[in-house]
Amino acid sequence: MFASASSVKVAALTVNTPSVNFNLKYEKEWADLEPVPQDDGPNPVVKIAYSEKFSDVYDYFRALLKNDERSDRAFALTAEAIELNAANYTVWHYRRVLLQALSKDLREEMRYITAIIEEQPKNYQVWHHRRMVVEWLNDPSEELEFIADILSQDAKNYHAWQHRQWVIQEYKLWDNELKFVENLLEDDVRNNSAWNQRHFVISHTTGFSDPAIVEREIQYCLSQIRKAPHNESAWNYLKGMLQDRGLSSPPGLLERVLELKETHCSPYLLAFLFDCYEDALENSNQKENVGEEERKDILRKALEICDLLANEKDTIRKEYWLFLGRSLENKSGSRGPSDKPPEPSDPASGQQEMS
Amino acid sequence: MWQRDGGQLFKKNFFFSFCVKRAVLRCLFVHFLLHSSYQLFVINPSFLCFRPALLREQHYQYLKKGLRHLSDAYECLDASRPWLCFWILHSLELLEEPIPTAVASDVCQFLARCQSPTGGFAGGPGQHAHLAPTYAAVNALCIIGTEEAYNVINREKLLDFLWSVKQPDGSFVMHVGGEVDVRSAYCAASVASLTNILTPKLFEDTTNWILSCQNWEGGLSGVPGLEAHGGYTFCGTAALVILGKEHMLDLKALLRWVVSRQMRFEGGFQGRCNKLVDGCYSFWQAGLLPLLHRALFKEGESELSRQRWMFEQQALQEYILLCCQNPAGGLLDKPGKSRDFYHTCYCLSGLSIAQHFGNMDLHHEMILGKEENRLAPTHPVYNICPEKVSQALQHFHRLVIPVFLDSNY
Repeated sequence: MFASASSVKVAALTVNTPSVNFNLKYEKEWADLEPVPQDDGPNPVVKIAYSEKFSDVYDYFRALLKNDERSDRAFALTAEAIELNAANYTVWHYRRVLLQALSKDLREEMRYITAIIEEQPKNYQVWHHRRMVVEWLNDPSEELEFIADILSQDAKNYHAWQHRQWVIQEYKLWDNELKFVENLLEDDVRNNSAWNQRHFVISHTTGFSDPAIVEREIQYCLSQIRKAPHNESAWNYLKGMLQDRGLSSPPGLLERVLELKETHCSPYLLAFLFDCYEDALENSNQKENVGEEERKDILRKALEICDLLANEKDTIRKEYWLFLGRSLENKSGSRGPSDKPPEPSDPASGQQEMS
Repeated sequence: MWQRDGGQLFKKNFFFSFCVKRAVLRCLFVHFLLHSSYQLFVINPSFLCFRPALLREQHYQYLKKGLRHLSDAYECLDASRPWLCFWILHSLELLEEPIPTAVASDVCQFLARCQSPTGGFAGGPGQHAHLAPTYAAVNALCIIGTEEAYNVINREKLLDFLWSVKQPDGSFVMHVGGEVDVRSAYCAASVASLTNILTPKLFEDTTNWILSCQNWEGGLSGVPGLEAHGGYTFCGTAALVILGKEHMLDLKALLRWVVSRQMRFEGGFQGRCNKLVDGCYSFWQAGLLPLLHRALFKEGESELSRQRWMFEQQALQEYILLCCQNPAGGLLDKPGKSRDFYHTCYCLSGLSIAQHFGNMDLHHEMILGKEENRLAPTHPVYNICPEKVSQALQHFHRLVIPVFLDSNY
């Protein structure tokens, strides 16, 4: 791992930067401090074979921590310690204490943390540190662009999305986010993080109650599905958006999906159809205009799909689809529990007991 | 495939079943696409016969060594050493390899040095307490299960630590001055329940916070608003099980989400929709099925299987045994990746989940390959062996719950 430009610069400003082959114990600057070796005990376990540099830096870090020293040399050493192990949250905490105690330049710190995150974007501590600095500065102006850059390197980085949602919510930066999401989906329509962000933006702005919004989103989903029929994200989004109000609520949706079935079928389409039928059955309990014949027909279609998925189209989930079929049959009462055929190779054991 | 049910052994003719053809396709797809595991077929005849072997001896040597010494490649885990203890000890207990008394005692003494004077455990001696190494340390000590191990934990201080990271909205930060996400609730609930320091007030509003992490996909995210993710879903769900509130989730939506995470070609699990398979999700994702099975059963679901979890157990075992083993010992994410102790722990934990259905009263095993591939069962909430959970609960429930003394309480 190369030293980041800014951490070397920060170190150079304050101490004679030790070169790779010299330890701090040879530096005059540190002569007054007694390094504290790690207390692993007489018979260590999970003992790491630290490099000489690692031991050296951390022996001095422990000394500073013990004395609660608040100085520039301490601050510089945190950068060295971070470079050796950016996951050491104790070091990051101490660095934040020093940032405040020494009234360090927070703009400079933003430049530092930007460089560190670019090198190590999948680390918890670096993103949390950035959030703290942004909060102290009360300035989110660089965030959306920075995060976009990180996402351009890994469009699904969970920490990046977390930071992005925090910034947007905290500082009310909703305006351009839907466009940002659409651009990402244009790059990769299978980016589930982008689909999630779409849901995030809409649910926090217009919401999903307005039928015009719902229709727009349905059309968006169906058009993406036509382009990439085996994209699970688009189907999940369609279902996820509608499930609270009922999948049978948008008029003509079932018909549109049945049409797609002919040319753009997938296990996801079939699962969606099952969900529509199940929803119709559940809601038909409240509606009087759904006759017994119609109910039986819907149930038959739903069970047909379960069988098709379990035995042919989605066999990896066979156990699940069989369970759903049994469960639906049981709920709909077309077969009483006593008529239920026994599960294949079901041992004749008694009641299932789970503690 | 050997199936054991109530003592009787039924051998299925493995070579000509449809399952073999699918296993062949899966292996070819994954291995030859990813080149580097090609050598597994050449070197190890057991793989050619599709009766894959768990490389017990190799894993044991890798684990035994790691428990004492780690190369400088592990500097990046210098703030996670209790995790290293847990990953290795749990792997050894799954392999049913005994921990020598001296080693166990050394682990106890090391973890005692990782305990913070203000409560909780840190990533190493002299570091600040953090919920993740706290979870790992308590689990490791419960695996050891001796009086010495239990006595390491300062329960009063642990309770102080949990209060110190509790937030007004019900969530927990991972450490003082640290970040919030749903892992913290699981770590807190796990250690509090095992050591008997759990009070309702400690987890006031935590249930609602965790529930707010269930999203439109049906799974749970790290914090409300984010994408559903296997690791976070496991943590949130297991935490709710500990708190007795798992029924408040939309269990049907969660079930649909998690079963959809099993990859139809690879047989293993992905962490998020449209992402790649990874061996560690063998536990985080597959481990949800036992939790959901029990939750649905408690809700009166009558159609649950009495023999199988609602995922393809054989396919997961195939993925782990054929694609996730390093011939020199240790397990991994996917072919081409390096071994590490985290993946060793969670691949083996997932393998155990896939092999064992039920609990002590109703138990059905499905062991892919030789009988020697059998691992010990693991508890789906805590991920240590069920006997160790019972033993710890028994020990700590004889003790009084400490009273948290604080002027604001």
